[in-house]
Amino acid sequence: MSILVGKDTRVLIQGLGRTGQFHTDKAIAYGTQMVGGVHPSRSGAVAHFEGETDHSGVPGRDDNYSVDLPVFATVKQAVAETGANASVVYVPPPFAADAIMECAAAGLDLVVAITEGVPVADMIKAKRYLADKPTRLVGPNCPGVITPGECKIGIMPGYIHQRGRIGVVSRSGTLTYEAVYQLTLNGLGQTTAVGIGGDPVNGTNFVDMLRMFEDDPETEGVIMIGEIGGTAEEEAAEFVASGMSKPVAGFIAGTTAPPGKRMGHAGAIVSGGKGTAEAKIEAMVAAGIVMAETPSDMGEAMARALG
Amino acid sequence: MKIHEYQAKTLMAARGIPVPLGRAATTVEEAAAAARPLIEESGNPVVVLKAQIHAGGRGKGTFQEHRDLRGVNVIADGIDGGPEAAEARVAELAAMMLGSTLVTVQTGPEGKVVNRVYLEQGIDIARELYLAVLLDRSVSRNVVMASTEGGVEIEKVAEETPEKILRQEIDPAIGLADFQANELAVGLGIEGDTAKAFIGFVKGLDRAATELDTDLIEINPLVVTGGGQVMALDGKMAFDDNALFRHPDVAAMRDESEEDPAEVAAKEAGLNYIKLDGTIGCLVNGAGLAMATMDTIKHVGGEPANFLDVGGGADEGQVTTAFQIITKDPAVKGIFVNIFGGIMRCDVIATGIVAAVRNVGLSVPLVVRLEGTNVEKGKEIIRESGLDVVAADSLRDGAEKIVDLV
Repeated sequence: MSILVGKDTRVLIQGLGRTGQFHTDKAIAYGTQMVGGVHPSRSGAVAHFEGETDHSGVPGRDDNYSVDLPVFATVKQAVAETGANASVVYVPPPFAADAIMECAAAGLDLVVAITEGVPVADMIKAKRYLADKPTRLVGPNCPGVITPGECKIGIMPGYIHQRGRIGVVSRSGTLTYEAVYQLTLNGLGQTTAVGIGGDPVNGTNFVDMLRMFEDDPETEGVIMIGEIGGTAEEEAAEFVASGMSKPVAGFIAGTTAPPGKRMGHAGAIVSGGKGTAEAKIEAMVAAGIVMAETPSDMGEAMARALG
Repeated sequence: MKIHEYQAKTLMAARGIPVPLGRAATTVEEAAAAARPLIEESGNPVVVLKAQIHAGGRGKGTFQEHRDLRGVNVIADGIDGGPEAAEARVAELAAMMLGSTLVTVQTGPEGKVVNRVYLEQGIDIARELYLAVLLDRSVSRNVVMASTEGGVEIEKVAEETPEKILRQEIDPAIGLADFQANELAVGLGIEGDTAKAFIGFVKGLDRAATELDTDLIEINPLVVTGGGQVMALDGKMAFDDNALFRHPDVAAMRDESEEDPAEVAAKEAGLNYIKLDGTIGCLVNGAGLAMATMDTIKHVGGEPANFLDVGGGADEGQVTTAFQIITKDPAVKGIFVNIFGGIMRCDVIATGIVAAVRNVGLSVPLVVRLEGTNVEKGKEIIRESGLDVVAADSLRDGAEKIVDLV
């Protein structure tokens, strides 16, 4: 098993700009079931993708692919015509929250928002809109979700992944890749890797993911990668201490970050003495999480945590 | 984005939120000329001259050039001497403040140069309170925070007497409800007509936060005057950069003189750059990886010279600009490029590096670590360029190599 995405995930793309097209092509090459696109003014168009199969992805496919994705005006139409149950959002920031809400209105199981730079106020509203709906949001400002060998939604390079035993959850995109690649090289591999995004208001948090990995029989351990700002890591540490039986390894970025400066991500800021790396590391160590000293040691820390 | 106190008060006043009368000035003459009309309009011979910088703690802060001078000065000369005496004193103080460097608990020891002062009517203060609207990330909503402990650092109150901080969560579909504003008034011990004024004030603040997409509005202190009025004696606003596209009027309030010139240049090029004190320049994709790269450099015995995230979709031109910004810093004795490509393709980065080194020239060692999308193409471009670049296999390997070389 795996979590969030797998063989049966049928994915729509919202935001067919240059970036959206590039990564849709990579997802199809990986073997993800991309089933359609949504664009309010390009209904009836067809987006064509062809190229060489990425054999690091879903096994047992031909060496080449050629796919025509129908484009629909609304998510509801796309769901009715394609049976999609997930969507990936590359829509520009001013319109991204609306795209997310449309997915919830259409009853999708999962929406993965890659878009960086969504206004906080828009996300506050979108999150309230999603609160009483079953749709799970991952992101925004995240690399996406991948279950190696089954389904890749997002912008992560496929070849660094290897199906295995470890769940990966991270606020940072590129640090997710670091952890994943080390797990591939040391043979532990991944069940599912999830980037939850670097924004202060996001759909899925560490605790949500840890709970899912705890319940997933295939996952034997979890790597959790946090960064300065907010208290999500402290809350996750509390959950690990009280609600998790599986070993957890961790890393926190930003030990050297000066206070009062926003370190790239909208959410990564130490202010008023809150959100420091020290406080997070202390809480995680107290919860029994095995911490990596540098990001190059994350795979090794996971191996140690497994014992 | 941050703005000055006087700008925040303009935005508040435009929304019916009571603030003292005041005038901003960039010269001694302007400041002095502001005194008489202010005194006549307010009917109060007392005025207050406040330094305008993007940092708090101004009232207790002192000037490097004038150790006895504070960032906020009450001028009472007008009581006995009339407007002429007030003018003279304003001119005298403004001359010392303008162009001098104010050091507060928030500026760091290097302080900030005061380019602008704000002259305000004096206020008869009966009570000092604290009020703020800001995001509470743990509930994904804005909250109003209020406290009877105004005029002091709220972090201190939160630590020492957390029970003195009142909190109301704001439902984005409803806004701050009347009963919530009333609960705050009761909690602060405000009654009668003053309670009505307070409720209007705090609801106005909530509306302003929504209308203007603020990250933070902080009124410290919020004062109750001797006459029972409620007024923002100080005002701080910070805005969500991602929402500035909706507020060109606010975006126009940016004061670039308050920001590091290299950081401004980086922002214009779509890069995230923050200057630090070390010697190893970093060029990284992704904020988390950029922070972790700094952490690792420090861990292996070096000091990072900067945080630099080229972002997800950087092109060749942006990489060149990033290189220019890093090499302009005279403290930089070596550069570490660390890329794990997702959106970012390694071949694009590699082409950018090669072009940048050819354009800008390079007099310090350069270590490059590439991984991710199109990594082979990227490595090939660097190999074929014939440039003197040290290749690294991992983040740690790269950090060790650059620290050794510097």
